[in-house]
Amino acid sequence: MIKGKAFVLGKNIDTDQIIPAAHLVYSLEDPEERKFYGRYALSGVPEKQSGLPKGGIPLVEKDKFESEFTIIIGGANFGCGSSREHAPAALEIAGIKAIVSPGYARIFYRNSVDGGFVVPIESVEDLSETIETGDELEIDQEKLELRNLTQKKTYKIKDLGSVADIINAGGIFEYARQQGMVA
Amino acid sequence: MGMTLTEKILANHSGNKSVKPGDNVWVDVDVLMTHDVCGPPAISIFKKQFGEDARVWDPEKMVIIPDHYIFTKDKYANRNVDILRGFAADQDLPHYFDVGTDRYKGVCHIALPEEGFTRPGEVLFGTDSHTCTAGAFGQFATGIGNTDAAFIMGTGKLWVKVPETMRFEFDGDRLPPYLMAKDIILQIIGDIGVDGATYRTMEFGGPGMKAMNIEDRMTLTNMVIEAGGKNGVVEPDEITEAYVRKRTDKPFKSVYSDPDARYHSVRRYNLEDMVPMVAKPHSPDNKATAEELEGTELTRAYIGSCTGGKLTDFIAAAEIIKGNTLKIDTYIVPATTEIARGLETEKVNGKTLLEVFEEAGCKIGRASCAACLGGPEDTFGRLNSDEICISTTNRNYPGRMGSKQAQVYLASPYTVAASAVTGKITDPRVFIQETII
Repeated sequence: MIKGKAFVLGKNIDTDQIIPAAHLVYSLEDPEERKFYGRYALSGVPEKQSGLPKGGIPLVEKDKFESEFTIIIGGANFGCGSSREHAPAALEIAGIKAIVSPGYARIFYRNSVDGGFVVPIESVEDLSETIETGDELEIDQEKLELRNLTQKKTYKIKDLGSVADIINAGGIFEYARQQGMVA
Repeated sequence: MGMTLTEKILANHSGNKSVKPGDNVWVDVDVLMTHDVCGPPAISIFKKQFGEDARVWDPEKMVIIPDHYIFTKDKYANRNVDILRGFAADQDLPHYFDVGTDRYKGVCHIALPEEGFTRPGEVLFGTDSHTCTAGAFGQFATGIGNTDAAFIMGTGKLWVKVPETMRFEFDGDRLPPYLMAKDIILQIIGDIGVDGATYRTMEFGGPGMKAMNIEDRMTLTNMVIEAGGKNGVVEPDEITEAYVRKRTDKPFKSVYSDPDARYHSVRRYNLEDMVPMVAKPHSPDNKATAEELEGTELTRAYIGSCTGGKLTDFIAAAEIIKGNTLKIDTYIVPATTEIARGLETEKVNGKTLLEVFEEAGCKIGRASCAACLGGPEDTFGRLNSDEICISTTNRNYPGRMGSKQAQVYLASPYTVAASAVTGKITDPRVFIQETII
């Protein structure tokens, strides 16, 4: 079960909005550099579209490195654009556990899964106009439900399908080890 | 049942007689490419997972091309190039194109074909979304992340879900004199949307393909990612083979789609009916014709990148710019050092491209990705505030070329050059018809 506060965005959130290219220079290993990915996660989203429906809400408050929000609700084609793995990594570093969207751009989805950063969950319908930033959510992957505790509504989510094994293993390396492909 | 070109490559690289869309297969990798943004984190994952002393699976198959943040004072960016240099030396990698040497190339997606790495029938992965450019050569080529790249570095393999293929069929004997491949791909992306090809292959073919040179084809496949495509392909022909043979001695075996291959969908376009297109801010599918946007005020023009910084792109721009003064700041950034040399030798009306651009007052940058993706603040041509830019690049989401206050219109080199002359969005047919008369 993944629980937490919703952060809501519109459609076509591309990787430049998730982590602007100027910030791709920090090391993802060094603990001091790495935390800047958290600070600048989603800093490329235009203000009015950040934290819907009101807007004007940054994912991470100024001068902080982590967010109070843990679940992103996005519109269609989430993560389109570049192949930078820094995008799902930045969201994880900011404290995001899962994303719920009706559809993902392919490379972002794959990076989220293979790197074991965030769980990309597909919703049946677009929830970005129903759920509000700050709503308390519960994602139940056994019952395939997303429960909005604030609005007292329940929505269907899709099964993870063929990538479930990689997600459950924690990423492609862990999966390949389980399969005996790498030592 | 028959297979598409993409299905065939994935079948014969995974030890299968045949594959079908939706199958998950592990493929053997022919080429892995990385650059200065994604190389250092991929190297770090490789060492963590396979050990500090681990060796790359096949040094001959790994290509490292620094190109993104090269001419910058940013200490982290420069440190990242140092990491690549150190790794290439430790691993004895023969295909490292170092900054500050004669081997420096510039934009990886153009450098790869120049150096003979885009061979028909092979599998290429790169840590950059525009790796799909290499599909113009009949190669299976797609972008991946750092973790997947590290996995390949250690194993030479990667899992792939076999995509469905969308076919785009071109009729017509020629490209009209005002039309460029950029117009065609902007039209297609506008028609199917920025997620219209998600998880799928975009295969380009038909009689009209003969009218497109190799750089035109690269422009088409380069932007399939802007429709969400996994890869784009053009079936190899004598144009492809002539180019590749000049660049490498390595053997390769072209593959072709079967006549009874199954497609997700087929769309037809007649090249002779198509017109100059523009993608308005802030999405590559926000289409309009250049004519519809005539008069839109601009503050900057930008010609460069893997999409619009090839030699034929600059020839096209120079045909319109020659002898004109420009109303707005115009930036010229050759994709590679080879193209930069071409600017000094290729001539339009007796003047080199470089002379044409310099006389018109263009600002000329050094080969690299430069402002296409914004980058560090001191990046050449970066949009640092509320500029309104018309650009030959590939994306115009908010903040793509720098500031999220800026607006970016995407267009062909003809349209960008025509707009640079007038300072407003201008249909290039105005200039090109004058030229013909």
